[in-house]
Amino acid sequence: MIENLAMPKPRRNVELVLLILALAVGIGASSMVGLNSPAAFDGDFWFQSSLLVVAALAFHLVLRFRAKYADPVMLPIVVALNGLGLALIHRMDQPGEDTGNNQLRWTLLAMAVAIAVIWLLKDHRVIRRFTFISLAASAVLLVLPLVPGISAGEVLGASVWIRIGPMTFQPGEVAKITLAIFFAGYLSSNRDLILLVGRKVGPMQFPRFKDLGPMITAWLVSIGILVFQRDLGTSVLFFGLFIVMIYVATSRISWVVIGLALIVGGGFLASKAFAHVAFRLDSWWNAFTPEVFGRFPGGSAQIVQGLFGMADGGLVGTGLGQGRPDLVPFANSDMIIALIGEELGLIGLFAVVLLYLMLFTRGFRAALGTRDAFGKLLACGLSFAIALQCFVVVGGVTRLIPLTGLTTPFLAAGGSSLLANWIIVGLLLMISHTARGPVDTTPITHAPTLAVKTP
Amino acid sequence: MSDISELTITALRFGFLLLLWVLIFSIVSTMRRDLVIGRKAAMGTPTAREVRKHPELAPAPPQPVKQQAHQLVVVEGPLKGTSVPLAASPILLGRAQEATLVLEDDYASGRHARLFPQGSRWFIEDLGSTNGTYLADQQLTRALPVELGVPVRIGKTVIELRP
Repeated sequence: MIENLAMPKPRRNVELVLLILALAVGIGASSMVGLNSPAAFDGDFWFQSSLLVVAALAFHLVLRFRAKYADPVMLPIVVALNGLGLALIHRMDQPGEDTGNNQLRWTLLAMAVAIAVIWLLKDHRVIRRFTFISLAASAVLLVLPLVPGISAGEVLGASVWIRIGPMTFQPGEVAKITLAIFFAGYLSSNRDLILLVGRKVGPMQFPRFKDLGPMITAWLVSIGILVFQRDLGTSVLFFGLFIVMIYVATSRISWVVIGLALIVGGGFLASKAFAHVAFRLDSWWNAFTPEVFGRFPGGSAQIVQGLFGMADGGLVGTGLGQGRPDLVPFANSDMIIALIGEELGLIGLFAVVLLYLMLFTRGFRAALGTRDAFGKLLACGLSFAIALQCFVVVGGVTRLIPLTGLTTPFLAAGGSSLLANWIIVGLLLMISHTARGPVDTTPITHAPTLAVKTP
Repeated sequence: MSDISELTITALRFGFLLLLWVLIFSIVSTMRRDLVIGRKAAMGTPTAREVRKHPELAPAPPQPVKQQAHQLVVVEGPLKGTSVPLAASPILLGRAQEATLVLEDDYASGRHARLFPQGSRWFIEDLGSTNGTYLADQQLTRALPVELGVPVRIGKTVIELRP
């Protein structure tokens, strides 16, 4: 640690080199799409590519000035994924559709917001002050899609959207961040309390009933999302996030056991009570049965067509722009992994999964390196949210687990998801900046004095 | 685009996959360089338990340096009178069993604060404790140098560095 602290390296030049490679991947994908589609190299290609390059380099410059010691591989990974996603979405656009350009607009907006987060937030510990404000914000964000007037109603079976003027937005994506902030703030101050008391049953120490309060609340919130918004994926994501953060905070396996029991129990009840959950399970288990395949709604056609597509792709894929992903419903959002499997093959799909894995490990590395409990928990929670999202999506598409409607981070078409994930990357970069930077040992000259700190 | 031959398209197709993996291997090699900084540095300061299990992790013997702190003395609190000799390795203070000085103090956190040498001085750093660490009545917000005889308060415990 001491040797490490003695000479921290910013490594921004390494980042620049990797960033150029990442941009080459994104632009290379766009040009492959251009070569293989009738749209070819139109004005859009040059315009989109140059905007992406400018935005990525601007982000890099901001890191040079504001977060010199930030992790050098996170930004290139995210730019590569986002660039690949832009190319794939552009590739799926039918004449007259504008999803690709819309995604580019959201990318630029999301990068601008992430830059603003890094610019305005000199130290991630400041966010700890907003622990309970984030709880309130999460509650508001989660209820918004149900409020008449701004609710976009039930879209594709789930009411998770709001509509403001011409724009639609999924507030649940941002709630993921505010909830992680709340859990990190709450657990970093109450960890000792939860850790010390409890009954011991066999090898496991169970928490007191009143310490179970937050867990029951998290469970009820997840069930509430499932019942009122009919969104299985988000429900699993929030509860999983909570279990992992409390496990990381207390290192008690009993929390995971209780949490998994609640998930299994809740899932079983949900499958009995709600038709949409039962359909999901059925079309996962009996995907290849003809009546399940052809059933509408709730059939397995989407999963099975995705599997056929990936089988067609084989090891090296059909080449960008040469597959038939138009046979798969939502090939540019929910099923984008199947599209990658078809056109880039197993080799390309593994590359994408590895990129996610590396992003996740870098998030955990930042958590290990940072010195405050809040930062550790926040970095763990945020990077785990990305990992869980990938697992749920890739697992669903490959029929390992039932398909649920979560977005693939950075790849799938959808502005709210992009915005939320770029903010997460901004926060992770800030945390890694403090984790890798030198310890500030200069005397305090004008730091505010804190007389009394209430717990 | 029919003016581009099939061969070129195929070459570009494989070229793109190659590019993806070049990116991945460059990232991995960056990460490798980032992680190979010696086991001790990568894992942070070895705790007492780790040192017991792997003696090779034990910190190097203290180098002779000019007049400086050689022991840490508890001057107030449940452990009053205890003293810990200071080597060149950091000291973890807290209630957790892996702490170098295990404070039996209800107002201390598990991993409360860390005392570490840098150059010829010792620095104290709060590890995100609940009740805070006070250096001469001032709450720590960052790592600060500890001079000889200056009281450091953790919960009800007060420690000092002595020569």
